[in-house]
Amino acid sequence: MKLNNRLIASLALLATVMWLGSAQASTIDEIKKRGHVKCGVSAGLPGFSAPDSKGNWQGLDVDVCRALGAAIFGDAKKVKFVGLSAQQRFTALQSGEVDVLTRNTTHTLSRDTSVGLNFAPTNYYDGQGFMVKKKSKITSAKQLSGAAICVQQGTTTERNLADYFRQNKMKMKPIVMEGNDELFKAFLAGRCDALTTDASGLAAERTKAKNPNELVILPEVISKEPLAAAVRHGDDAFFDIVKWTVYALISAEELGITSKNVDQKIKSYNPDVLRFLGKVPGNGKALGLDEKWAYSIVKQVGNYGESFEKHVGKKTALRLDRGLNALWTDGGLMYSPPLK
Amino acid sequence: MSELILRLHEKLPQWKSVTWAKKNLFNSIFNTILTISIGLLVLNILSSVVSWFFLDATFQGDAKLCRESGGACWAFIFEKSRYIIFGHYPTALVWRPALFIFGVISLFGASFKREFWGKRLFWSWILWLTFSILLLDGRLLGLTHVETTKWGGLPLTLLISFIGIGCSYPFGIILAVARQSNLIVLKTLSVLFIELIRGVPLISILFMASVLFPIFLPDGFTIDKLFRAQVAIILFSGAYMAEVIRGGLQAIPRGQVEAAKSIGLTNSQTLRLVVLPQALRIVIPPTVSTFIGMFKDTSLLVIIALFDLMFTTKSSLSDSEWLGFAREAYIFTAMIYFVCCFSMSRLSKKIEESMPSDGKKGKGVSYGF
Repeated sequence: MKLNNRLIASLALLATVMWLGSAQASTIDEIKKRGHVKCGVSAGLPGFSAPDSKGNWQGLDVDVCRALGAAIFGDAKKVKFVGLSAQQRFTALQSGEVDVLTRNTTHTLSRDTSVGLNFAPTNYYDGQGFMVKKKSKITSAKQLSGAAICVQQGTTTERNLADYFRQNKMKMKPIVMEGNDELFKAFLAGRCDALTTDASGLAAERTKAKNPNELVILPEVISKEPLAAAVRHGDDAFFDIVKWTVYALISAEELGITSKNVDQKIKSYNPDVLRFLGKVPGNGKALGLDEKWAYSIVKQVGNYGESFEKHVGKKTALRLDRGLNALWTDGGLMYSPPLK
Repeated sequence: MSELILRLHEKLPQWKSVTWAKKNLFNSIFNTILTISIGLLVLNILSSVVSWFFLDATFQGDAKLCRESGGACWAFIFEKSRYIIFGHYPTALVWRPALFIFGVISLFGASFKREFWGKRLFWSWILWLTFSILLLDGRLLGLTHVETTKWGGLPLTLLISFIGIGCSYPFGIILAVARQSNLIVLKTLSVLFIELIRGVPLISILFMASVLFPIFLPDGFTIDKLFRAQVAIILFSGAYMAEVIRGGLQAIPRGQVEAAKSIGLTNSQTLRLVVLPQALRIVIPPTVSTFIGMFKDTSLLVIIALFDLMFTTKSSLSDSEWLGFAREAYIFTAMIYFVCCFSMSRLSKKIEESMPSDGKKGKGVSYGF
């Protein structure tokens, strides 16, 4: 299966590279003609895109797609989701099967260039972290020298772990296994002192425990996984729309506009707010959208903070901290350039 | 008390099973120890299985309750069964795939009755499958349109495998006949196709259809993902069917063809009236097992993210409120697969039994003339 995966991955890469340089008709015209946006999503990543019991897509990535529907059509429901596997995603985007990928894709140089993608601003800063049992009294990854650490086989996670330990001159004792479930079971059974994978993944694993409160995710993040929406090269107008849709989500939180208070805010005197909500026109015209585009996003989807809390935040089963994903004013990395 | 035991003892050997057990399980000290220890082991396993399945199981409530109980979480199945079976099909319109499944079950039931066998049943199947596509899609019947990206679960698995079976059968016949043909071009093409397809795994063909094929199409022109997968499955099972049918063709003695020619039948008449009816009949058992294999193969659609039954099961596991109930979900799905495959093999048995075969009716098939 490992070999198969690698074969498939390289075929997929070949496929996408073969697409290079092909120009598309204007995506936004096509979307408007069609009447909905087609988004490629992961077919099951807890908190980011997963179907609920009724078969509706829910999650942080899914909300970016809904926001696009709200921005373009004034209706967050005018979107269609296409479930994509990791290997399929780039070809699906390049061949026009989807307009945009909102599928937990890490923004990297090679994807930005040779795979031919344009990345919207990061909508979730993920990164590799550690989980330990509360009773171990470990509070920092720096204390893990000599500790047994459960890690998945043949992944970048394993290499990141080795790098981190070498860098900090710590003694490494990895326990390598194949599947996520086995890893978590081994960790619970006490075969290792800590478990490492992406922080959002750790949070998902933690919910499987009988008593999740006994497990702690350490504050250190040892790798960079900025997850962002992506569109294909060569269509700047649509790229702008996707980019500013993500910024609008963040900006709304910066301005304190939520889905609940947006109708009061529209009566405020703050020029930034009025410009954002389209009371003072300009932004919509510049993007080729209705002036109420940002209003629709906030009204129907909410701001970034609301979406975060709804899908992955403290009140959900995942109970993720805002951490790097807090606004820059709160010590995070979420920052929107001015919408003017 | 002792009298009672004595009487019991007298009574015991009269029970057949007890005599049997005494003779086979407790006939020496070693065997008695073995029997008892294995019995205890089985009892132990059985009791933990039973308590996981029923006694400790949670039938109602949320994920938290399930995790505390430690047993199976059937509440998860109740919560997710709608999604696992129907996928992303809009809830208000779920009656459409439900009707489709109901129709398939009724037709399947009818197929068990000998008196229904015939052209009418055959056409009912074809009509129902065609109608179901229109029903699920909705546009031509004046209903709300539901895109193929929202089709999923059991209806999708049934649809893809039944259409695959329906199309690959005639396709396989054509390929097999072409392979037996004297026309060298036809024969070469058919051999090439069959060997090429049989030489690669289904996964790679599905992957070609879903990832590589779109590249060769002109820009902005896309063919429905479901349709591409369906074609891939038909091509794949067509090649396998062809080889099964070729076995049947080769079992027909040369003399029959010559006899048919000598009474003035044309080539196509010989094929249609003499060779094929016998050949196809001979290969009914391997045909059905190919069909069953194909039904299960549709679960490979997982890798191209088509929401068939297997994939809806997998993706139902990613709801952040309900993480970690993989065992329950897969048991549920395995049961559905089992019911489908088992009834298919029952049907094949029924068909076989009612067909005259070499063994039962003398030399019926080969020397029928």
